[in-house]
Amino acid sequence: MSAPGHRCGCREFTRSELARRSFAEAGRGLPSIEPGMPVPAGTGMTRRSLLLRGGALALSVYGASMLRPQAFVEGIARAAGSQGKVLVSVFLEGGIDALSILAPVNDDTYRRLRPQLRLAPGAGPAWTEDTRLQWHPSATPLHQLHGEGKVTVFPGIGYTNADQSHFTSRHYWEVGELSTRADTGWLGRLLDVVGDDENPLQGLSLDGSLAPSLATARVPVAATWGASYDLWAPGVWGEVEDLMFESFARMGVAAEGSRDGGLSGAGRVVRQAGALRTQLKAFSDEIDSPVAYPDSEHFSESLAGLAAMLGAGLPIRVASVGAPGSYDTHDEQTGSFGADLAQTCKGLLAFQRDLEARGLDDRVLTLVWSEFGRRPEENGDGSSAGTDHGAGGNAFLIGTAAKGRMVGEWPGLKSLDEDDNLRSTSDFRAVYCSLLEQWFGVDAAAVVPGASGFNRPALIG
Amino acid sequence: MSVPVYRGRFGAAQAERLLWRAGFGPAPGQAARLSRKGLRHAVRSLTRPRGKAKLRGPAPHDDDGLPLAPGDAWGHDLLWWLDRMVRSDQPLNERMTLVWHDWFATADVGQTTLNLKQNELFRKCGLGSFEELLLAVTVDPAMLVWLSGNENERGAPNENYGRELMELFTLGADNGYSEDDVREQARALTGWTNDWDESRGMVNFRFERDRHDYGRKSIFGKAGNFDWRDSCRLCIDHPAHAGFFVTRLWSYFVPTPPPKRTLRALKQQYRRDRNIRRIVEAILMHPALYEGPRMVKPPIVQIAGMLRARRRGIDTDSWTWIADEAGQRLFQPPNVAGWDEQRWLDTARIGGRWTAAAQNTRAAEIDPDGYDPKETAADAVRKALRFWGNPSLSSQTRGELQRFAARVENVATDDWQQASYRGLRQNALRILIAVSPEFQTS
Repeated sequence: MSAPGHRCGCREFTRSELARRSFAEAGRGLPSIEPGMPVPAGTGMTRRSLLLRGGALALSVYGASMLRPQAFVEGIARAAGSQGKVLVSVFLEGGIDALSILAPVNDDTYRRLRPQLRLAPGAGPAWTEDTRLQWHPSATPLHQLHGEGKVTVFPGIGYTNADQSHFTSRHYWEVGELSTRADTGWLGRLLDVVGDDENPLQGLSLDGSLAPSLATARVPVAATWGASYDLWAPGVWGEVEDLMFESFARMGVAAEGSRDGGLSGAGRVVRQAGALRTQLKAFSDEIDSPVAYPDSEHFSESLAGLAAMLGAGLPIRVASVGAPGSYDTHDEQTGSFGADLAQTCKGLLAFQRDLEARGLDDRVLTLVWSEFGRRPEENGDGSSAGTDHGAGGNAFLIGTAAKGRMVGEWPGLKSLDEDDNLRSTSDFRAVYCSLLEQWFGVDAAAVVPGASGFNRPALIG
Repeated sequence: MSVPVYRGRFGAAQAERLLWRAGFGPAPGQAARLSRKGLRHAVRSLTRPRGKAKLRGPAPHDDDGLPLAPGDAWGHDLLWWLDRMVRSDQPLNERMTLVWHDWFATADVGQTTLNLKQNELFRKCGLGSFEELLLAVTVDPAMLVWLSGNENERGAPNENYGRELMELFTLGADNGYSEDDVREQARALTGWTNDWDESRGMVNFRFERDRHDYGRKSIFGKAGNFDWRDSCRLCIDHPAHAGFFVTRLWSYFVPTPPPKRTLRALKQQYRRDRNIRRIVEAILMHPALYEGPRMVKPPIVQIAGMLRARRRGIDTDSWTWIADEAGQRLFQPPNVAGWDEQRWLDTARIGGRWTAAAQNTRAAEIDPDGYDPKETAADAVRKALRFWGNPSLSSQTRGELQRFAARVENVATDDWQQASYRGLRQNALRILIAVSPEFQTS
């Protein structure tokens, strides 16, 4: 897999313009929410906490769905306003080059293996926990948060006998075990243990499709594009629209009960869509953030929206966002790596500051991960130089509650694994076990297969 | 040993399923017509059409009424192909092109004309020999750029294509090859390059002897001075390939895995000549397709199918972002593994399908003022079904539509509401049909 070398900014702009136009159009003919619509008790939501279309209140029972609409609304109300812990998963797609995020700039082997791609000494700040390593200049925001004790670094994370397939390795990370057969995500299984039958928002994928880490077997989860969700029904409004959405959800419930697996799966999603629309219909995509985000990219918008939703008390437990860019840098690594990493790190810093400004920072941790690191020895020559798939890589746990001490040491370049890749000095499954137990207070054995075989690095406090 | 053939009733409902699985759904009345041919002739009318494909129906244009410019204008690549899906009288050919676009998933390499050329390759070779297709794809310019084949040279091999050749295209992950094989394949594949032209971009894709590693390689335990052709043939001859090939091809048409005996028979047949068409025919006539569970329609198939049902041509750019929202932006698969068919549906993507349905109903939106104040619930449902070309729906779905229609009458208490609510009801019913769980599947 490869990143297309040429990205056209104007193309992205056109797309977002088109999307904007469509949403404007989608809003046509929709009645604004009428003042005085009932709001479920105990949602903890106020006008101040949410910016809403038409200035009315959110979480209305407009089109309340399913056979037991009241149970559903109570489900949200129960979970809303909770002070529960939240984990945000940020995926760096493609396998990010660990030796470029934290570079051993003075290491002779590094200089020999990376004639084109090596970073110059002094180009970025030194990493205080192991001064042989230096942050990529684009990772300066992480350096800043690390200095405040808010970043736990995993300098050599992975697993033994690492698989060098994007899809296999990523799948292992997503399901939390080294099995190609597992079909629920590790965060999905957490939700199956602690989640609510009626609340899709508890597991929220913000990139327009379900993040496999969040795939559940039992409880509903949601996927959105950013922070808003609505379904556009031209030529339908008022009471008829209410009845239509009820029927939509009823068709979902009925199909979900079918013995036909294909129909049942479609029914499940229809039911969840009906529920989610009720939760987010009134949520504006114009977010009033207390801090400035780097720009209007989807990553920033998603994080800003997520902070606003958490601030409003929406019942989110785990969320997933993809970092901007692709890190599968087989060639022309210098072309895109720095800019993508800068976008990612600036967004993460802004998100942390946003949470701090909203007083939510004690409740939220962000795990930044990638499917593997890249080969220490670069390929190609000249400006085409890149790196092939590797093994040991980097991950970061960000948040005020993070312990801020590295887990596992830097594996070094002296003894590579049998495929000439970086060894791993911490196992991602051990990190999952620690997060489950130390952050969520859940027995890891109920979520991660073979949990008792992993150590528990101290991640909190 | 032969592949089992479906012996049950082949009526309009079965023909409708066949048209969705092997094409883009029926135009109004088409399923009934196809069913009258009987299963074998129906399948062969799809797999062995005569002559060149003809495009029937209104010519495509963008929002400004201008002809499409697939190589230049943003999103027109998708519109151009969607138009073929909607209008071609050889839908299976387009469907197979879609299969290969997913199988050899290549995203936009920054020069759309290269992707369009690859698309023509899939259309031309999509039902012939898989060996020929693989050889052609391996040195196809878009693929050479996408998986770094043009950066792979002697002394500095790039593993990108060699790995995916085995993992995704011919054998399957971790299925009979080692990391050493990946590295040796990369060496065998060295030699391809291209030039850069200021005005035309990437041009002159070619094999250069100086860039090829002529040394001995060892792949799958065999040694030789292998080149890119050997690289492909070694994969095709690998004992794990036939099983991978027929299982993956099967998965595009039937949601449950092939039964063991069927798998054996299909493998045997495939090994004879690596012919794609005959395997597709066997799958399309298999009992599992007609007797097994429903299958989620890929988003672009769903969108094309709605347009076919409406006999509507491409008349707006919006389909590009709607397809994206629904989870299948053509020419931009999420990665080289293609789209994840297990996850066509989630709350975000059903939102895209909803938007696609609403795009169609809005184009024929009913003004509630002056609507027939006496229309019965049953008439309303019948009219809404006709809007979508009378898709076959279960009694359960029809029952829910009927119930909705009746409830609207119950809340229409005032005189002025009798016409107006019935108008709104018709708009709503049309949407409900197209977003029903049943209509997401075939």
